[in-house]
This record gives sequence, C-alpha cells and structure tokens, in this order.
Amino acid sequence: MIRLSDIHKYYRSGEQSLHVLKGIDLHIQEGELVSIMGSSGSGKSTLLNILGVLDSYDQGSYALAGHSVTNLRETQAAHLRNKFLGFVFQSFNLLPFKNAAENVALPLYYQGVGRKERNYRAEQYLEMVGLSDRKHFMPNQLSGGQKQRVAIARALVCKPKVILADEPTGALDSRTTQEIMSLFKEVHRLGNTIIIVTHEPDVANQTHRQIYLKDGRVTTADQVHLQHEAVAI
Amino acid sequence: MFDGLQEILYTLRQNKLRTLLTAFGVFWGIFMLILLLGFGRGMQNGVMDDFGSDVLDFIIVWGGDTSVAYRGMGLARHIQLGQADIEAIKNQIPGVRIISGESSTSNGKVTFEGKNSNAGIHGIPDEYFKIKEDVPFNFGRKPNQLDVDEIRKVVVIGTVVAERLFEPGVDPVGQEVGVKDVVMTVTGVFYDKGNRGGNSEQVFMPLSTYRKLYGSGERIDMIWLRPESGVDGFELEKNVLELVKRRHSVAPDDNRGIRSFNMAMPAKRVNGLFTGITVFIWFVGLGTLTAGIVGISNIMIITVKERTREIGIRKALGATPFSIVSTLLLESALVTSVAGYMGLVFGVGLLELIAFGLRSAGAKLPYFMNPEVDFQVAITAILLLIVVGILAGLMPAVRAAKITPIEAMRAE
Ligand SMILES: Nc1ncnc2c1ncn2[C@@H]1O[C@H](COP(=O)(O)OP(=O)(O)OP(=O)(O)O)[C@@H](O)[C@H]1O
Ligand SMILES: [Mg+2]
Repeated sequence: MIRLSDIHKYYRSGEQSLHVLKGIDLHIQEGELVSIMGSSGSGKSTLLNILGVLDSYDQGSYALAGHSVTNLRETQAAHLRNKFLGFVFQSFNLLPFKNAAENVALPLYYQGVGRKERNYRAEQYLEMVGLSDRKHFMPNQLSGGQKQRVAIARALVCKPKVILADEPTGALDSRTTQEIMSLFKEVHRLGNTIIIVTHEPDVANQTHRQIYLKDGRVTTADQVHLQHEAVAI
Repeated sequence: MFDGLQEILYTLRQNKLRTLLTAFGVFWGIFMLILLLGFGRGMQNGVMDDFGSDVLDFIIVWGGDTSVAYRGMGLARHIQLGQADIEAIKNQIPGVRIISGESSTSNGKVTFEGKNSNAGIHGIPDEYFKIKEDVPFNFGRKPNQLDVDEIRKVVVIGTVVAERLFEPGVDPVGQEVGVKDVVMTVTGVFYDKGNRGGNSEQVFMPLSTYRKLYGSGERIDMIWLRPESGVDGFELEKNVLELVKRRHSVAPDDNRGIRSFNMAMPAKRVNGLFTGITVFIWFVGLGTLTAGIVGISNIMIITVKERTREIGIRKALGATPFSIVSTLLLESALVTSVAGYMGLVFGVGLLELIAFGLRSAGAKLPYFMNPEVDFQVAITAILLLIVVGILAGLMPAVRAAKITPIEAMRAE
C-alpha cells in the first residue's frame, strides 16, 4: 500500500537548511495498523505529512497504492488525498463555521457527491462514531473527544484506503483516548490501513507494528527500547 | 455549479461580519457615486432651465444713438435699421443660417370681451419662430408664410396674455381679440419661459400685417440671426456689425450706434461652468471609486490571509487549487455585484425621491432640477468594482491555493 525508499526532507529557512528526514525506507501493507513513535522533533509529523501528500520531500521515492507520488501537481495531489487518504489531526482542524454533519460531509463535496447523498452519508458516519445526537452542534459546542470523533468520521466518509492520524489522542484524557482507540480498531477491522503518530506507549501498544524514528531515521524497536531503559535508569 | 453557489452562500452567511463589511464598502462607494452624478446632473439641468426656450446661439442686432462723431455727422443720431440691412447681410455675409427682422411696439393694449391686457406687439416674418425653435405651442399653430403673404389679421399670443383675457377652459384659438383696436383672430398660444414669464407677455402677428396696420414701411427694429453650424457666432456678429455700421455711417468703434447681443457669450460662460462641474464630479467620483477599490482589495487580501488555515484544511480534504480559487473569486464577485447593485438601487431611489419631492412640492431650488443618473456610467462603475475585486482576490487566492496544505494549516 505504501512504499517509501530513501526519503530525505530538508526545511529551509533563509540560509540555513535543516535535514529532518535522512533516508527513510518504509513499507506498509494494506490493512496494517501501525504506530510511529519517537522523541519530539524526530520528524514524525514531517513523515506523516509526506505520507499524506500534504507536504513535499526533497529526495527519494514514494508510491501510494501503486501511484507514484513524485513531483505531483497540486491538482493531482488533491485527487490522491480525496480518494485514498483520510486525516485526523491533533488539533482536530474542523471548520469552525460548519456544524458537525457539515464538517463530515465536506470531503464528499470535493468528490462531487450531491447534497442529499452527502448529508445521508455524513449522518451514517456520525452515528458510527456515536454522535448522531450532536450532528447540528458547532465545533465550539463539542468536547475535545467529540471533536476528534467528528474528525475521524470526516476522515472515514470518503472510504479512504489509508487513515493518517497525527497524535489523535494528544489533546485527550486517558479515558477518551481509549474510546478513540477503540474507534480506530473498529475502523481497522473494516479493512482500512491506519497509521498513527503518537507519544503514548499505551496507544502504540494497541497497534500491530511500531515504527521508531530517531534523528530522522527509522530504528529498530529493540534499540529504542534499550535507549528508553537507559534513560529510565 | 449550483451546489458550489450554495456552498458559497453558506460560507457568506456564516461569516456575516466580514461579508457585511465588504458589502458595505462597495455599497457606499456606488451609492455616493450615484448621488454625486445625480446632483451634478441636477445642477446642469437647473442651469440649463434658466436659459428658457432660447437656443444658445442667436444674435440680436438693433439700432441705437451714435456716441462717436463720424464723417462730419454729430452725436446722438438715431439709427433706424431697415429691410435693406437684412438683404445686405443675406447677400454679403456667409455663414448665416437664419435671419429674421422684427418690428415691435413695446406696449400695446389687447382686449377681449371687456377684459384687457398690455403686451409687447411684434410683427415678424415666417422665419422668426425658427430662431425660437424650442418655444412650445400649447394651442394652435405658429404663424406661417400664407399669413404673411395674404397679410392676414391673425395673432399668436403668449400664455400670460391668454390668461388675462380668457376664462380658464376657454380655447383662445379662433377667438377674435382687439389688438390696438384692430380685430384679429388668435391662431396660437405659446409659452416661452424666458425672462421669468416676460417672454410670454407678448403678441406676434405677420410682419406684413404689422407694416400695413402701423405704417412702419421697411423699418425693422431688431434683426435676429443664427449662425450655420460650425460657424463661429462671435466672428459672425463682428462681420454683421461691421457691415451694418458701414451702411449707416456709424464709426467702427461706436458701440452705442449699433447694438448687439450674442447668446453665445453667456452660453460660453455656462459651458465653462458645466465643464467645471463635470471635472469636479469626475474628480470626486473617481476618488470615491478609488477608495472603494482600495477597500475591496484590502478586504480580499485580508480575507484570503485570514482563511489560509481553512484553505489548508479544505485542501487536505481533497479540494483542488482550481476549486479553491474559483470559490474565493466567485464569492467576492457575488458580494461585490449584489452590494453594488444595492448601492445603485438605493442611490437612484433616493434621487428619484428627491426629484419627486421637488416636483410635487412645486419647489424650485435655484440651479437645481431633475437629478438623474447616467446609467451607463453607473453600470461601468459597478463592473469596474467587480473586476477589481476579483483581480485583488486573484493574487492572494492563487498563492494560497499553491502552497502545500501543511504550510497553509500552519498559518495563524
Ligand atoms: N515548517 C518548518 N520549518 C522549519 N523547520 C521545521 C518545520 N516543521 C518542523 N520543523 C523542524 O523539523 C523537525 C521535525 O519536526 P516534526 O514536527 O516532524 O517533529 P515531531 O517528531 O512531529 O515532533 P513532535 O513530537 O513534537 O510533534 C523539528 O526539529 C522541527 O523544528
Ligand atoms: Mg508532531
């Protein structure tokens, strides 16, 4: 489903250039539930954004569901995002002036789905995340957990192949975190590929595979575990 | 497309303040521009109205008393013009479109069934009313060549005279009135609003009739002229004066012996005034419009900036750059055109209201009448605002649509 080889990413600001990803090789198969871990600043979000075709990379190659994602035009990128990808962000990124149902329906608008059908499907997915009684609430009338569930419904509504989540539980307490994780697992059972960036071992342990980033490179789990222990001692 | 429009309307409704501010800026610009244009036109109409029914290019020449001794003749010699002068002008001076002599008595009594009125009595040839071509005839007809040829005893009378002689509701045409004790038939009633009604306190009869009744012979009291189009009225006036002075042995520099009045003089002054008004209106109008344009551009730039994050989110959900740009531009075009149209409607409405109020109250403001708007100018102004609004939004919209979604979402 996802194949990265030797991905490099630099952030340039003026004269200075920051080498953030230093050659990432990664292969994620269809239907996997994967977490990406690593210390702050290790490049997790950067990697996820590249996976989501939200950001460009400087070197290497990336294939998503058989499509090469290299030097894409924005329009092509938009189609890829719309068709294959669903995003869940730490800060929810709901449009503040649209209610829950309308936020969920928005990706369908860009697919050219009619209004009636959009509303119907949006309600279905809101029901799936357990918010059918809140469909007319504006984002600022929802709790953090509820917002994240709306965001998940929005990520699912186009039936994407891959769901990318950047610290989806970062702003939530442990109970809500558990609710959201159950939701992800339920979605995963439906056959989606899910990639979750997280800091929380609790979250990572519920995924089938953990990928550790350190200093812009993928390291093996053992090495990082050793390091963790070393830090703990 | 319809769905897109709904999406835009929805966004606009959810961002009421921003929409209202933009709309108000455009509305105000157009509204003020319309009012300004309307008032300017009102002023022009008012000044124009003051000229009454006179065409703006006529010249009058009449005889006076000499004030310069010339060729052995003394001062204060009265100069009497005659039919021969008219023939001489016709034959020797090019560029005359219409020429007409007039004999008149400043004060004569007109009577009808015991009522009477004073009026200026004029004998005129057929051409005379070509000089006053804008004079409206309320009833009846203008004098014609047959009246002159057959020396008919017919008169046309001004409305002031008609009102004094006839009861309301009585048609003066066909009635027989006494003009200086001679019975004559009324063939027409005219209204000339010049001279605050004074021009309607007159009676006109065929020149031939006048000459026969009053024995004025070939004498002419006033010569009326109009230049051919393209001929300079001042030049013509100068040539005519030269000729007439020569014919009557009046010194070339004697301004009292032969006198003249050229309507082109005040007309020129008024034209200057109009030019002034027009320049002023355009100056202020363009200023208003520029302010509107700057306002729209600012709001568009700010709007796009403020919405960069939203744009990022929409792109992450699959919005193409085209859909982002077209939505933003359509949004601005919609707001601008609706607001501009409202400004147009309200501006024209207010002008109509003022015009209606003035008319129904019968009030007459000095130098102000019938404010109205040149629709083409108004529409052009609105289109200009729409185009500028779109252009102003285009740059930031394209830029916002080009950057990666992640960059856009990072904006705050
Ligand atoms: N837009 C940017 N411009 C310049 N440098 C950036 C930018 N975004 C991220 N970086 C840098 O790239 C590095 C990796 O950032 P990234 O956001 O991927 O880290 P992360 O692993 O997601 O961290 P966290 O766990 O805190 O979210 C950091 O050192 C950060 O300073
Ligand atoms: Mg991060």
